[in-house]
Amino acid sequence: MMIRGSSWGDRLEAAAAWLLAFLWAAPLLYALWAAFHPMDFVSRFDLLGPITFDNFRSAWKVAPFARYFVNTFLLVTMTLSGQLILCTMAAYAFARFEFPGKDIAFILVLVQIMIMPDVLIVKNYQTTSSLGLVDTILGIGLPYMASAFGIFLLRQAFKQVPKELEEAARVEGASWLSVLLRVYIPLARPTYLAYGLVSVSYHWNNFLWPVVITNSNDTRPLTVGLSIFGAPESGVNFSVISAGTILAVSPLLIAFLLFQRQFVQSFMRSGIK
Amino acid sequence: MKLDRRTARLVYGWLWLLPAAVLMAAFTHYPIVGGLVSSFFSTPRQGRLSRFVGLDNYAVMIADPVFWQVLRNNFLYAMGTIPVSVCLALLMAMWVNRKFRGRAVVRTAYFTPTILPMIAVANIWLFFYTPQIGLLDKICSFFGIPGHSWLGDPSTALACMVVLAIWKDAGFFMIFYLAALQGISPEFEEAALIEGAGRWYFFRRVTLPLLMPTTLFVMVNATINSFKLVDHIFILTKGGPDNASSLLLYYIYEVAFGFWDTAYASTLTVVLLLILGALAITQFKYIEKRVHYQ
Amino acid sequence: MKRSVIRVLVGLALAVAVMGGTVAHAAVELNMYYPVAVGGPITKVIDDMIAEFEKANPDIKVKAVYAGNYDDTRVKALAAVKANQPVQLSVLFSIDVFELIDQDVIVPFDDFATSAEDKQWLASFYPALMANSIVKGKTWGIPFQRSTIVLYHNKDIFKEVGLDPNKPPATWDEMVAAAQKLTKKDASGNVTRWGVQIPSTGYAYWMFQALCIQNGQELMNQDGNKTNFDHPDVVEALQFWRDLAAKHKVMPDGTIDWGTLRQKFLEGATAMMWHTTGNLTAVKEGAKFDFGVSMLPAKKRRGSPTGGGNFYIFKKASPEERKAALKFIKFMTAPELTARWSIATGYVATRPDAYRTPTLEKYVAEFPAAAVARDQFQYAVAEFATHENARNKKFLDDAIQSVVTGAKPPKEALTAAQQQAERVLKDYR
Repeated sequence: MMIRGSSWGDRLEAAAAWLLAFLWAAPLLYALWAAFHPMDFVSRFDLLGPITFDNFRSAWKVAPFARYFVNTFLLVTMTLSGQLILCTMAAYAFARFEFPGKDIAFILVLVQIMIMPDVLIVKNYQTTSSLGLVDTILGIGLPYMASAFGIFLLRQAFKQVPKELEEAARVEGASWLSVLLRVYIPLARPTYLAYGLVSVSYHWNNFLWPVVITNSNDTRPLTVGLSIFGAPESGVNFSVISAGTILAVSPLLIAFLLFQRQFVQSFMRSGIK
Repeated sequence: MKLDRRTARLVYGWLWLLPAAVLMAAFTHYPIVGGLVSSFFSTPRQGRLSRFVGLDNYAVMIADPVFWQVLRNNFLYAMGTIPVSVCLALLMAMWVNRKFRGRAVVRTAYFTPTILPMIAVANIWLFFYTPQIGLLDKICSFFGIPGHSWLGDPSTALACMVVLAIWKDAGFFMIFYLAALQGISPEFEEAALIEGAGRWYFFRRVTLPLLMPTTLFVMVNATINSFKLVDHIFILTKGGPDNASSLLLYYIYEVAFGFWDTAYASTLTVVLLLILGALAITQFKYIEKRVHYQ
Repeated sequence: MKRSVIRVLVGLALAVAVMGGTVAHAAVELNMYYPVAVGGPITKVIDDMIAEFEKANPDIKVKAVYAGNYDDTRVKALAAVKANQPVQLSVLFSIDVFELIDQDVIVPFDDFATSAEDKQWLASFYPALMANSIVKGKTWGIPFQRSTIVLYHNKDIFKEVGLDPNKPPATWDEMVAAAQKLTKKDASGNVTRWGVQIPSTGYAYWMFQALCIQNGQELMNQDGNKTNFDHPDVVEALQFWRDLAAKHKVMPDGTIDWGTLRQKFLEGATAMMWHTTGNLTAVKEGAKFDFGVSMLPAKKRRGSPTGGGNFYIFKKASPEERKAALKFIKFMTAPELTARWSIATGYVATRPDAYRTPTLEKYVAEFPAAAVARDQFQYAVAEFATHENARNKKFLDDAIQSVVTGAKPPKEALTAAQQQAERVLKDYR
C-alpha cells in the first residue's frame, strides 16, 4: 500500500499492530508458560519459577489423550473422506447435468449453509440413535458428510472447467465417471486442498455434536475429552489443565505454524466465493 | 434399454446427487420439519405416552422467564460480538496488508485463536477470569483496581463471553478482508495519489465501499456464529449465574439432554430456526444482489 | 498343495469360532459409568480395585468408563441406556434415584439380593447414607463415594489474627465473628483475603441445603414430590448467605466458583471454606500450611446433607449380568476396600465396620480430620432429591445465584422457584 502518512505515524501503527498481536497471543503464551510450571508459581505469576514436566505427566495419566488423538484423527479422516466423495458427486450433478428439480435441490442445499446439523441436535440425536450409531465415530461424522459448503465450492470449481475438455474426453468414448475422474477432479485440486484444510480444522475443533453423541472414551474426540478433563467433581488445577490443553491443541497448532500459508490461503479461497 | 442423451443426463444427474441428497435430507431437512412436528406433541415420560398438545409447548415457552432471558442474552451477545469483531478484523487486515517488520508474526498471532478449539481456549480463559488468583484479578491488583468475580456477576458474565468470542473470531474474519483488500486494483491507489487524496479519505471513499460485499458476508457469518457457538458456556459458567450467560442453543442442550424434555427442546429449536431463517433471507436478498454468482 | 492349505485355514477358522464361542460364554462383561474427580491417583485406585476384582473373579470383566462429573455421567449413562448400548451398572448421583426410577432404567436390589447374607450386607451401611437410596421401601442404590460438607479452616491464619486454631466456629454467629477477624484488606481498602467462602456454582443447592438444615428446615419431602422453598426459615437461611457478602463483608460478592475454590483456599486467598469432604485428600496433599476440618456450624442445630454417588444396577442387565454386578458391588464396598477408597479420596467410608479395619483406624488416629464427616452423620439428612430432579435443582440453583449476586431478594427468588417446582411436581402426587 503506497499511500503513507508520516513516518512517525507508520511507526506508531506498527507498534499498535504489535501490541494487539501480543494481546491476541497472550492467552496461548500464558497457557504454555503455566503448563511448564508448578501451580504455586502459576498463581503467584512468578515468571522465573522452576520448569517442570509434572503437569504433562499428570495430564497424560489422568485422561487417555492417546485414545482421544486416535479418535479425533479417525473422525476427521472419516468425515473428510465421506465429504470428498459425496460432495464431488453432488457438485458434479449440479455443475454438468440438467434434471428436473435441480434449482429446488440447490436451494435446499443452500439451506444447510445457514442451518447446520449443530443446531439440530435434538432431532439428529434421535435419528442417529435409531440408526444404532450412538457412541460411534461414524455417528459423529455422518451428519456432516453431505456438506453444503463442500458442494458449493466444488460446483464453482467444476463450472470453471472449460467444456471443451469434457467434450474431448466424451468424444474418446469416456463414461461420465471417467470424465469426472480424469478431467474435473484433477483440475479442481486447489479447491480440494482448501476445502480439506477447512474441514479438518472444523471437525478437529467441533464440540457440541460430539459431546451429545459420544458416551465413552472409545469414541470421544479431543474436544470432549478436554471438557471433562477440565470440569471435575472436586476442583481444578490450572497447571495440569494447561498441560492437557497444550497436549490437545499441539498437533493442529504445529501443523498450522508449519503450513501457515496453505491454511490462510485455504480459508481465503473458501471465503472469496 | 438405451436412453436418449437428454434422459440419460437426467437420470445420471439424480444418481450423482442421490447419496448426498439422502444424507442431507436425513440430517438437515428432516430434523427441521420433524422438529416442528415434535413441538406440537408432549414429551413421553414414564407412564405417559407422547400426545398431541397443539400450541401448549409454545404457551409454556412464552411463559418461561428463562426463555426470554436466553433470547435477550443471545441478541445482546450478537450485538456485542458482531460490530467489534468485524471492525477489529478490518483493522487487522489493513495493518497486515502493509509492509512492516514482523508482519508475518503479527498475522499468525491474529489468526491463531481461530485454529484452536473453543473448548481449549475456554479452559485458559476460565483461569483468567478466576477471582483473586486468576490473571485478570492479578493484573487489576497490580494497578490497584479491586478484583471482581467476573464470571460470577450477572452484569459481567455475558460480557466475558463476548470478549472471548471477539478474540476467537476477529482473526478469522481478518482473512476474508485480507483477500478482498488484495483484490482491490492498485489503479485506485494510483489515481488517489495523483489527486492528492489522504489516507483516511481514500479509506472512506474507496476501500470501504469496495469492501461492502465482504463486510456483509462477514457480518452474516458472525451472526450465525453467535447463535451456533456455545462451547465456551460449558466450561466458563454453564449458563450462570442464574442464566445470565446462557444462550439459546445452550438452553436447548440443557432442556434436551439435562432434563430429557425433548418436546420443549424441539419448540425452542423452532425459534432458533426461525431466527436463522430470517438471517438467511436477509443474506440472500441483500448480498446476492451485490455479488454475482455463476 | 492347495487342498491342505484350505484345510488348515478351515481348521483355524473353526478353532477360532469355537474358542470365541467358549470365551463369550465364560466371561461376563460389565460396563460401568462412573464420575470420579480428576486427580491422577484416583482413577488409578479404581483401576487397581477393578484389577483385583477381576483376578479374584476371572469370569467377570469390568470396564469402567469415566464420564465426567455427576451431571455429565447421568446424561451419558441415560443416553447409553436409551441407545441400547451395553451398560449394566453405574455410579451415579444418589439423588438421581427418582429420575432413574421414572425413566424405568434401574432395578431395586431387594429383587435379587435375597439371601440372608445379602440382606445383612444391605443393612451394613450407615442409615444416613441409605436415606437417598430407599424409595417406597425398596433399596435402589448402594453407597459408594459419599460425602458431607465440612468446614475447612487455615490454622496458620487463625493464629495470625489471634483466634484459637483448634476451636473452629461452631455456630453461625461465631463463624461471622471469626470471618470478620480473618478478612484482610490492603492499603487501598481492597480485600486480599476473605474470611469464608461458600461456593454457589456447581452444587449451590447442596450448600444451601446445609444452611436450611442448620436452620431446622428440609427442602423436600420423602416422596420427592413436594418442595419447601418458600418457608420463612428457608428464606432466612438464604438471607444469611447473602448477608455474608452484602452485610458482613466477609465473603466476595457474586457467585463463587466451585471448581477454583479449593485452589483459593490452598493459596490463602480465603481463610475458611465450605466444601465436600471429597476434597480432603487433595487439600491434605496440596496445603503448605496447617489446616483443620470441622463440622459445619449450627444455627438451630448442626446439619449437612449427604452427597455423592451410589451404585445402581440397570434394568436391561441380564440376570447373569446382575449377579455379576452384585458380586462386583459387594467387592467394592467390602470394609477393607471402602477403607482404602476413603483414604485415597477423602470420601466417607460408607459403613461402620470399615472404620474398624486396622487400615482406617490407624489413618484416623494420625489424621483425625478424616473422621469429621463421619461424625457429622448423626446430624446428616438426605440430599435434595425429587422427581425431575435436574429441573428442580436448576430452579433452586438459579434462585440462589440470583440472590448472592444481589439481583433478587431471597423471598422473591425462592417464591418464584417454589412456584416453578410446584408446576413440575404436581403431576407426581
